[in-house]
Amino acid sequence: MTAWLSLLAFVLISGASFWYLGIGFGDLLAAESRGKMLDYAVGFFPPDTSAAFIARTLQGSLETLAISAIGTLLAAFMGLFLAVPAAGRLGLPARAAARLLLNFLRSIPELVWAMLMVLAAGLGPFAGTLALALHTAGVLGRLFAETLENTPPEPTLALRNSGSPTALAFLYGTLPGVMPQLTSYTLYRWENNIRMAAVLGLVGAGGLGMMLYMSLSLFKQGEAATVIVAMLVLVAIVDALSAWLRQWLGRSGS
Amino acid sequence: MELKLESVALTLDGGHRAIQEVSLTLARGERLAIIGSSGAGKTSLLRLISTGLRPSLGALRIEGRDPWLLSRRSLRALRGRIGAIYQAPPLPPRQRVVTAVLAGRLGRWPLWKSYASLAYPADIPGARAALGRVDLAERLFDRCDRLSGGQLQRVGVARVFYQQPELILADEPVSALDPQLADRVVGELNRESTTRGVTLVASLHAVDLALRWFPRVVGLREGVVTFDLPPVRITDAMLTELYASESPMPPTQDNRPLELPSAHLAPVAGANQPLCR
Amino acid sequence: MPVALSPSRDPAAFPRLAFALAAILLLWPGLELTEFDPATLIDKRSREVMGKFLGTFFPPELSQDFLKLVFKSTLETLAIATAGTFLAIVLAFPLSLVVSRSLSISRIGPRTGHWIGDFIRLPARWLLIVLRSIPEIVWALLLVRAVGLGPAAGVFAIAISYSGMLGKVYFEIYEAGDTRPARALMGAGSGRLAAFSYGIFPMALPELVSYSVYRWECAVRASVVMGFVGAGGLGTQLELSMRMLNGGEVSTILLMFFLLVLLADGVSALLRRALA
Repeated sequence: MTAWLSLLAFVLISGASFWYLGIGFGDLLAAESRGKMLDYAVGFFPPDTSAAFIARTLQGSLETLAISAIGTLLAAFMGLFLAVPAAGRLGLPARAAARLLLNFLRSIPELVWAMLMVLAAGLGPFAGTLALALHTAGVLGRLFAETLENTPPEPTLALRNSGSPTALAFLYGTLPGVMPQLTSYTLYRWENNIRMAAVLGLVGAGGLGMMLYMSLSLFKQGEAATVIVAMLVLVAIVDALSAWLRQWLGRSGS
Repeated sequence: MELKLESVALTLDGGHRAIQEVSLTLARGERLAIIGSSGAGKTSLLRLISTGLRPSLGALRIEGRDPWLLSRRSLRALRGRIGAIYQAPPLPPRQRVVTAVLAGRLGRWPLWKSYASLAYPADIPGARAALGRVDLAERLFDRCDRLSGGQLQRVGVARVFYQQPELILADEPVSALDPQLADRVVGELNRESTTRGVTLVASLHAVDLALRWFPRVVGLREGVVTFDLPPVRITDAMLTELYASESPMPPTQDNRPLELPSAHLAPVAGANQPLCR
Repeated sequence: MPVALSPSRDPAAFPRLAFALAAILLLWPGLELTEFDPATLIDKRSREVMGKFLGTFFPPELSQDFLKLVFKSTLETLAIATAGTFLAIVLAFPLSLVVSRSLSISRIGPRTGHWIGDFIRLPARWLLIVLRSIPEIVWALLLVRAVGLGPAAGVFAIAISYSGMLGKVYFEIYEAGDTRPARALMGAGSGRLAAFSYGIFPMALPELVSYSVYRWECAVRASVVMGFVGAGGLGTQLELSMRMLNGGEVSTILLMFFLLVLLADGVSALLRRALA
């Protein structure tokens, strides 16, 4: 019953939305604009396969790969650093502060971070790396904190009780137990981040995204098609790599 | 390290009064065994002495000073000189034995050494020697989750040996070992105490081990000391009363009937006196 | 009895060293490629820009005119998300039916007409993959150049990319359910559509709606982000304010964004709980 009701409500609200937006379907489907759209679409085939452009695309792909990898790695360190207080291991006020910071970091979408980082660090891949790092630190930090909360504190407490400094007690007592889970989360997040890294360039943060933006701005749809294909291939490669790494680490264990 | 408990009481979170009132004095290098049935308060008492738990009433004095009044740094330094052996060894499963043992000196090593040891163990011969004393040297580079319960217990003991503390608090350190090995480990602990002047307090479930190795045995029942005597003065009646709630016969490591040292002596007037403080 | 001696050197030393070397070999070009240079964060120019921007962050811009503008943009974003999801469902539905094997008549009975079905199903499956693999913001960028700036590009971008996602999950839902009633109906001679409507659809409906609601919630977020490339709504407003380094406006818009996401999250959670 609920399903049918919500379906009905949705259809009505959708209708209202279309009306509110005033999308001129008539104009869009008119012969002239149809023709223009067709011309535009046709421009994508064939994709630009000149050696020079393929080389540039390869460079852009490597740049995007680097952005996603370094960004995710940086995020893992930052996330772990924030996860320890967020899991309550340094007291309640630290927990509240860390959780607030983590929420802030992950609530702002990567693209907004990218625009902010372009302001701070200038156009280029560094902005993209930082943007990914900041947003992902929030995501990973939260996941890491949950993992830490579910880890027995006894090993660390025992070490502290025999005089060990807090940080070392954590590294010797807790980290060995949670490493596999943390690595798994990080690798999984990398799969998301490669997609993001490809796209952050649209606001100037380097990599394939920036190439795509420029190609489209110059109305070189053929180049754009090549870049899009490169994006898809890159995502497929990283997905496979991440899955393989996770499997390999799961079996052997460090 | 001399220590003193002055009318200490301990109430745990949740309201249970683990220790009603205990007063105890140990000189430097003294060896003491605590026996009693499960739930008597042995573990809580040891945790209290190790400064893991704070007494609700009364005072703990280590080397004449109340550790809870020390600065954070001084307390940390003091804790580095106290070694605790836990019944369930707090060892991370994926850690290797060598790292687990070396962690005993984290309280004493300079920071750079502690961090460096994570990458490459800083003192392999030292760890090996400590493990050798509990007959486990060949498992030096194995992961802790590949060890049996008894082997893990021995790693916990080896860690404390490596730490070289001045006070050892052992909470049922050999409960998972077979009688021969248990005897050997308890013997090693006692040897550590006599050769290096280390104060040793061990809670033991097996009464025979306590009576065989320790010159002073304390019986703990429901958070109160019922006797504090050398083994020759301990009678059957005392032990039966101590373990009454748990079993008709006092527990031993090899589950054979207990042979009391006092049984070999001719009856002496006053030998069956209870409670001697 | 002699016992095997443990090695005198750490056996894990060599693999660890090798790993560390490999990590450095990968890290070095990575840092180069990303033009990693923390110094640029604190150089004079960026300090000026960031300072100017962050300095105006508080207080948020709360003038009546601006608030009205933000409110309108928020409504626009909601409308884009809703309209886009609607179109996505309309496109995904038939696609999911085509791809689903549970409606394959050739799988009932001893006929060997499998390959014809596959001939249609496989391209349809590939289409779904292509539609959903290209990020929606890329679709938005392409469509902005095709149909012009404004919400239309956003609506169609969501429609296209989400139809891929919805199509895939829809047909997975069909196949995960009990397919026997449908096959029984087809075995008794009813048409495919009727078999679906009576055999699969009623059971699958709550799950279908639940996932669609979740997708709508994602669409709200995506609509904001697509605005950065000109597809209308809150995102376009945010991009404008950022380009003008107006921190106050940006903080207002971000606050509105959080409220919007919270709202969508709440509605989505409510509905999905009611459907479960």
